[in-house]
Amino acid sequence: MAIDIESIRNQFPILHQDVNGMPLIYFDNAATTQKPQRVIDALVKYYSLDNANIHRAAHTLASRSTTYFENTRKAIQTFINAAESEECIFTKGVTESINLVAQTWGRTFLKQGDEVLITTMEHHSNIVPWQLVCEATGAILKVIPITDSGELVMSDFDALLSERTKMVACVWVSNALGTINPVKELIAKAHAVGAKVLLDGAQACSHLEIDVQELDCDFLTISSHKLYGPTGVGVLYGKRQLLEAMPPYQGGGEMIKEVRFEKSTYNDIPYKFEAGTPNIADVIAFGEALAFINGIGKTVIAAHESNLLQYLLEGIGHVNESNNNMISLVGTAAAKISVQSFVVKGMHSFDVGMMLDAKGIAVRTGHHCTQPLMNRFGLEGTVRVSLSVYNTTAEIDVFLEHIGKLVKRSAGK
Amino acid sequence: MATTTDIQNEIIENFSLFEGDMESTLFYLMDLGKKLPPMPIEHQTEDYIVKGCQSKVWVYPLFQDGKVYFEADSNTAITKGLVYLLWSIWNNQTPSAILETELFFIDKIGMSNMIGSQRSNGFAGMIKQMKLYALGFKAKSE
Repeated sequence: MAIDIESIRNQFPILHQDVNGMPLIYFDNAATTQKPQRVIDALVKYYSLDNANIHRAAHTLASRSTTYFENTRKAIQTFINAAESEECIFTKGVTESINLVAQTWGRTFLKQGDEVLITTMEHHSNIVPWQLVCEATGAILKVIPITDSGELVMSDFDALLSERTKMVACVWVSNALGTINPVKELIAKAHAVGAKVLLDGAQACSHLEIDVQELDCDFLTISSHKLYGPTGVGVLYGKRQLLEAMPPYQGGGEMIKEVRFEKSTYNDIPYKFEAGTPNIADVIAFGEALAFINGIGKTVIAAHESNLLQYLLEGIGHVNESNNNMISLVGTAAAKISVQSFVVKGMHSFDVGMMLDAKGIAVRTGHHCTQPLMNRFGLEGTVRVSLSVYNTTAEIDVFLEHIGKLVKRSAGK
Repeated sequence: MATTTDIQNEIIENFSLFEGDMESTLFYLMDLGKKLPPMPIEHQTEDYIVKGCQSKVWVYPLFQDGKVYFEADSNTAITKGLVYLLWSIWNNQTPSAILETELFFIDKIGMSNMIGSQRSNGFAGMIKQMKLYALGFKAKSE
């Protein structure tokens, strides 16, 4: 099915504005995606008509808001094909989801000398929580290296994996490189030595089909705001028996069964991990974002984004042909989503980003919260273009025109 | 000796030629950065760095005969242009003149976003650091 870009773009009010006198071209989707009108409307509708605290009162508004909130849980269950909706816990984002696992599963099950494997291409949010728990438990953090093209060195992974490995915490898709990691193989191998696997799905969730049962991952983290939904909402998927074996993360309302001063008992999953009044409005609006994606279809979105990446890479190739290869691509894995990092010879990425912004083009520059990865490539940072469902080849043409001019100017220095 | 206000007004006049066009403004800034006197590499140390998330700035101060002199540099061309402007305003001024300066030129040349995003660039931190040096020299000379 062909994608109707105009009708999709019309659903995103933010895209129809000028920045520095030029039409906005938003190429920073890996940082956060824009929100369709139905998501914005859901937020307004909730506060205008439905606002009430959930899971508590007997009144109509409370019942309505509880139903809508739980509908999103069911929608996310379907979205990732979890066995039960109770395995989907709402958090405030991927960072909190990972910290939750590190602090509850990690502190309970990691011992002195156990090993946690991560990869060189992790976001800081899948490094620091494991460093913290390793410091606390005496477990050891080990890192799977990558190749120059930005792919995991699987033979090194095999060598690092042992019966000491208790957790493999791995990014599914790299935010800085776009690499899609062979997670099915990683999971199977990790399970063969008895290790658990946490997949950081922050980038994967908006681009790839997700089936947690088929993957057999133990944990998966998802971000709403990278899925056309509101900020401040994330999901932690975990297998039931693991979530049940984990102690609560935070204490408070909602997460308890009974509170006595001598001892409290805890609620069942998912509520055990959802202390306090949750971000009700944004969770409900997140449901609309999922409906938006389902309305187009992941396969259609993936095909469109793959065409865009191809078009971008060909365009950069042409710029390079006439400019002595001034643009170096960073992240050239065979399997990639529509993300491309690069550096321009003789120009700092910050300057490239500022110059593109002068033409209304929003890209991300810097280390992308992946400093160890940048160090691996001997870089301070890159310019990153990340494309999404509402981006067009015409926008890429404008980008190529301006990056071409910058490259020429830099070459002529 | 031109006052810090005079110098700022001259900067604003020069930038007004671009009529707010951001691309021309940034190209001009990058060219201005090249006019900054080279900073001796031995002064580009951790002690004199102002770190932003993306761009770094180095400032090395000297105090002589009641005047403050600066050496400065940045690793990004646009920030370096702004560093040059700040250098042209504050180099060879008294500590009091530096401390009393209200920097109105940044907003007037359309670069206020460089001040707002403290985390991403070293320029905002540089302003604070230069004033701190001036304050130190003032205290020392009184």
